[in-house]
Amino acid sequence: MNLCAKLKESPNAISRWLSIAVILGLPAMCPAFAVDAAASAAVPIPDTLQQRIAACTACHGVHGEGSADSHFFPRLAGKPVNYLARQLQYFQRGQRRYAPMQYMVQSLSPAYMRVIAEYFSIQRVPYQQSLVPTLSAAVLQRGEQIVTQGNPATKLPACQSCHGRQLTGMEPNIPGLVGLPYDYLSSQLGSWRTGTRSSAAPDCMAQIANRLSPDDITAVSAWLASQRPPADTRAQLAGSVTPPLACGVLAVKGSGA
Amino acid sequence: MMKWLRRVMTVFVLSIAVLAGWFFFRRDHAEPLPVAMRTVDAAMLKDPVLIARGEYLAKAGDCSVCHTEQGGQPYAGGRSVATPFGDIPAPNITPDNDTGLGNWSFEDFWRVLHSGIGRDGALLYPAFSYTAFTKVHPDDALAIFAYLRSLPPIHQTSKPPNLRFPYGIRNTLIAWRLLYFHEGQYRPDTRQSAQWNRGAYLVQGLGHCNECHDTRNALGALSGRQSLSGGEIPAQNWYAPDLGSRQNGGLAGWSGKDIVDLLKTGQSAKGVALGPMAEVVTKSTQYLADDDLQAIAVYLQSLPERPMAVAPKEAFNSKALADQGEKIYAQQCASCHGQDGNGVDGIYPPLNGNVSVTEPVGMNATRVVLLGGFSPGTVANPRAYSMPPFAQQLSDADVAAVVSYVRQAWSNHAPVVQERDISKYRTTPVD
Repeated sequence: MNLCAKLKESPNAISRWLSIAVILGLPAMCPAFAVDAAASAAVPIPDTLQQRIAACTACHGVHGEGSADSHFFPRLAGKPVNYLARQLQYFQRGQRRYAPMQYMVQSLSPAYMRVIAEYFSIQRVPYQQSLVPTLSAAVLQRGEQIVTQGNPATKLPACQSCHGRQLTGMEPNIPGLVGLPYDYLSSQLGSWRTGTRSSAAPDCMAQIANRLSPDDITAVSAWLASQRPPADTRAQLAGSVTPPLACGVLAVKGSGA
Repeated sequence: MMKWLRRVMTVFVLSIAVLAGWFFFRRDHAEPLPVAMRTVDAAMLKDPVLIARGEYLAKAGDCSVCHTEQGGQPYAGGRSVATPFGDIPAPNITPDNDTGLGNWSFEDFWRVLHSGIGRDGALLYPAFSYTAFTKVHPDDALAIFAYLRSLPPIHQTSKPPNLRFPYGIRNTLIAWRLLYFHEGQYRPDTRQSAQWNRGAYLVQGLGHCNECHDTRNALGALSGRQSLSGGEIPAQNWYAPDLGSRQNGGLAGWSGKDIVDLLKTGQSAKGVALGPMAEVVTKSTQYLADDDLQAIAVYLQSLPERPMAVAPKEAFNSKALADQGEKIYAQQCASCHGQDGNGVDGIYPPLNGNVSVTEPVGMNATRVVLLGGFSPGTVANPRAYSMPPFAQQLSDADVAAVVSYVRQAWSNHAPVVQERDISKYRTTPVD
C-alpha cells in the first residue's frame, strides 16, 4: 500500500511509478488510482489470479511480501507450497484460529487453495524488515542460543535443525522463519502452546512450543525478527535436513493433508 | 436484580404454560406413519437407488452443515448451533451402534424428523428444525434414513446441550411446542401448479429456509406462517433478507434466473450469497437439480410483495456522514463496484438495489466491509473473485460513513448506520 500512498500524495511521481505499477499489476490494488483511470475509460477487471485473490493480497501484499507496517501479517512469498496449502486447510478446519482468515477460506475448494498456495510460493520479492521491540542484549543472546543450539536441559532442538541453517525452510513442507514480524512469530508459538494452532500428529511444533517458556518465546521471536535474511532466501532442497523429532506433516509427502 | 426477576418471571410463565400444555396436549399428536412403512427391513435400506436419492435429499436439507464439526468426520456431529439460549451441539447421525443411529428403526427416525421427539422420548430442541422437517414426505424421510445408514459408522459420543437456566429443562418445550409447533406433512395447494408445490415443499420442508429468513420472537420461535419475510439470525449477526419481492430490502427485480443463479453458482446479477448463505450454497443448493432450483424460484416469486420499508427520518443530520461515505466509496469501493453502484457483471456484485445492502439493520453491509471475503466457491465458480477486508484500514466512523452512503445512494433507501453500531461487528465470531 506504500506505493498507493505515493501515487496519491505526489501526482508528479505518477509517470515515474507508472511503469513499475503496471508491471506489478498495481492498479488492481490501488483503488483510488484505478478510479482516476476509470474516469476516462472503464478499466476492465483483469481475469487473473492476482485480481481474484485481492482479499489475500490486501494484507499479505500483491506478491506475498507481507506487510511490515502491520507488524503482523506474515510474508507468504517463497514459502513451500505444501506448507501454504496446508495452512489454508487448517484455517478451514479450525486447526488454526484467526477469525479473519477462517472467514476468508470458508468456502474455498482444496483445488483453489492449492492454486493460491502455488501463487505465493513462487513469488520472489525482497524482504522487508519489521520493527522489533527494544530488548536487552542478554535476551537476544538467549534467543540466538535457542535458535542455533536449542536447550539440551529441556530437550529442545535448535530451530535450525529443521528450518535450515539459513532459517529459510525446506521444501516442500517446512516454512522459513526469516523475515517474519516479531508479533506474528510470538503469537504463533503462543498459539501452539495453547492449542489454538495445531498440525498433523505427531505435532512436533506443539511439543517444541511447550518446551519453550514465555520468556524463551519472546527471546526467540525477537532474535529471528531482527535477523537480516541471507542472500539466497530459497527454501533448502527436500530431504536436506533430518528432523530430530517425529513430525506428522513430514510423514505425508506432497498431499498437503 | 432485573435479570434475576426476569428469570423468575420466565419460569413462572413457562410453568403455567407447561400445565396448560399438559392439559391440552394429553392426546398423542404424532401423525402415524403409513402402515407399509412401519416395518422397513434391512434389505430395503440397501437399495442403491434409494440411497442415492437420500444423499440428494440430505444435501437439499443441508444436514451435514450442522451434523459435522469443523474439520470433523461427515455427519458425526459436534458442531454447535449457537442460540441466544445457549449452545446446542448437533448429534452424531452416522450408523454407529453406540453413539449414532445404528440401532434405530425407521420409525425412530421418522418420529425425530416429523415430531421432534427423540428415540428415548425426549422432546428435541427446535435448533433441530423439526418445525420445517415435519413437512417432509415419508418416502423422502426413508431415502434420507437409508443414506445415513449407508455412511461409514463413526464412534463419537454426542455432546449434551449447554443451555442457560431455565432453558435446560426439556419439559419447558411442551409449552413451546404447543404454541409454535404445527406438526404435519406438506399439503399441496391444489390451486397452484405442480412446480410451485415442489418449490414450496423444498423451501418450507427440507430446505428449512424460513428458519433464518424470518423474525424470531423472544422465545426463539417463528411466526409459523412460513412468511420468509426476513430476519436477524440470532447470535450470528447476519441478516437473512426478505425473500418476497419487497422493494428495498427484498427480492424486487430478481428474475427466476437470478434466484437459480445465486443458488447454483453463489452469485447472480443481483448479488452474492454471503455469511451463512454462502455455506448453504456451497454445501447444499449448488447440488440441486435445475428442475428443483426452478421450482424454488417459482415459489419464491409468488410470495407477496410486502410494503417497502421506508427509511425513518434521521434524528440527526446525516449529511456529513453521507459526504464522508461518498468520499471513501470513491477511493475504496468504486473501482470494483462502480461509481454507479452497478458492479461488474459476473464478477463484482452491484450494490445498487442489493438486498444485502438495503436489509433493515445494515449489519450485512457493515460486516462485508469489515471482513471482505470470496464469493462462494462452487462447481460453477471454482476460482471466485474476492473483496479485501477493510477492518484494519477503516475506523468505525469510516465504516459507518461508507455503509450509510451505499444504503442511501442510487435507488437504495435504507436507514443510516452510526459509528456506535460498528464496533460489535468487529468482534462477532465468524462461526
